[in-house]
Amino acid sequence: MGARRKPVTGGPFRATPLSPCGAIACGASIFETMMGRKMPDFDLDALAAMVPDGAKVAIPVSRSGPAVALTRALILRGVKDLHLVAIPTAGIQADMLIGAGCVAVVESAGITLDEFGQAPRFVAAVKAGKIRLMDTTCPALVSGLQAAEKGVPFFPMRGLIGSDLLANRPDYKVIDNPMSDAADPIVLLPAIVPDVAMFHAPLADRHGNVWIGKARELMTMAHAAKRCLVTVEQIIDGDLMGDPLRAPAVIPALYVSAIAVAEGGAAPLALNGYYEADSVALAQYAAMAADEPGFAAWLAGDTRAAAE
Amino acid sequence: MGYRPEELLITTIARLLDGVGHVAVGVSSPIPGSAALLQRHLSGGKTQVTVLNSKNLQTLNDGAGELFDRAAQGRIGAFFLSGGQIDGQANINLVGIGDYPRHTVRWSGSFGSAMLYYLVPRVILFREEHTRRTMVEKVDFISAPGTSAEGVYRPGGPYALITSLGLFAFDKTRARFRLNSIHPGHSLEEILDNTGFEFDRDEVIPETAAPSAEWLGLLRGKIAGEVADPYPKFAHAVFGVSA
Repeated sequence: MGARRKPVTGGPFRATPLSPCGAIACGASIFETMMGRKMPDFDLDALAAMVPDGAKVAIPVSRSGPAVALTRALILRGVKDLHLVAIPTAGIQADMLIGAGCVAVVESAGITLDEFGQAPRFVAAVKAGKIRLMDTTCPALVSGLQAAEKGVPFFPMRGLIGSDLLANRPDYKVIDNPMSDAADPIVLLPAIVPDVAMFHAPLADRHGNVWIGKARELMTMAHAAKRCLVTVEQIIDGDLMGDPLRAPAVIPALYVSAIAVAEGGAAPLALNGYYEADSVALAQYAAMAADEPGFAAWLAGDTRAAAE
Repeated sequence: MGYRPEELLITTIARLLDGVGHVAVGVSSPIPGSAALLQRHLSGGKTQVTVLNSKNLQTLNDGAGELFDRAAQGRIGAFFLSGGQIDGQANINLVGIGDYPRHTVRWSGSFGSAMLYYLVPRVILFREEHTRRTMVEKVDFISAPGTSAEGVYRPGGPYALITSLGLFAFDKTRARFRLNSIHPGHSLEEILDNTGFEFDRDEVIPETAAPSAEWLGLLRGKIAGEVADPYPKFAHAVFGVSA
């Protein structure tokens, strides 16, 4: 992991266990952030240590900067029983975690390697009954996070009625629209409060502010989650919040728990405007991960390459 | 004038988009995307086109939820959906074959279908493979239903189904497809043999109109260049142009 840096500031910000109480009503203390702290230096292993076994972890769609390097560190740490929440779909990142046996629950609108085909470890785990599925539709995942960021228990959404998605989601409720005089059934989605949101972004500053560009769902994820772990290409001097051109796409440090530098941290996926997807590496993954020994060989080679 | 099968599908879909104000298309849907760009030109620019995650036809900048917010507000006139299975009531299945959750065949998932199918007025079902494997009597899993019970808010829904063999319209009140036309080179018998559901049809079924020389010229010239932005591989393979 060549992206590690030497510590530049003292006083490591220690990861504390998440509150056993999952509700926002517990108070702001469950939200760990960097605001007002001088940003300490973390590496990927330190961030990986902040993801407890069994955590509900929100990850972004493949085009919006999944933290793939951090995912590798999580696998090496041997994290267990994660509840992945894809916002709103996921790809190689989820497939790696599933293949490595780190995942108990997959809540998503789709797991796919896109033009490289089906996500092979996901499909195998489904067929073997190794993961619990919470299948849904894209906007339901975004709206669940929006309920969490607003601090309300649910969000109403059109659609879903009459689908087998709804039939298999006892946590979704249908009510009669109380604002209408006529009968009008509508689905309520419970708030999704991730224990951890994790993603890769282009830039952070030394105050802990993170610039995300157009990937706005990362903002929603950060707002909704109790803990937000970010890897970045680069940490810059200055204040991203003080730059009027960048500030609208900056996640304020208030929402950010820890940052580590990981150059190429989304690879082999693309980082919008920074690097393209590595289609050779993705095709190789799709081919090797087709069966369990192939996946194990891929994982061994991938982690070895990353360590060099 | 000779034409490729893709060109027939593109021009047929373009006709289905007549009068639509805003068409949204997925980034892995080159044939519907090309049809939307052709329709944009034919409408003199009145039809706006959004191709998700493209460089130059991407009109969204508010995250993964914005497309759905637009649909819920009625800002999207047409969208395309597909299915691993599509049945005679226009139910679509994007999840898998067998019993949920341990399907014997598992696909990616339902994506945005379980909202967009309800809210976008003209949802065009597009699936090139027309076999008894894809066109089934009853889907194994309903990602999104073709019709909804009375009282369920549903301004949108299936408008047409287009495959490599023919074009069907969907009759919402009867919850049945009607075979509108058969693509040149194919027959009713072939469609009956390869369709797992019953559908309505007239005694005489017309042939799907071949692309006119004028439309083919447009498609291979101006439109091909536009198609190359979101769909470079497709534009190169079908029209021989580079981005």
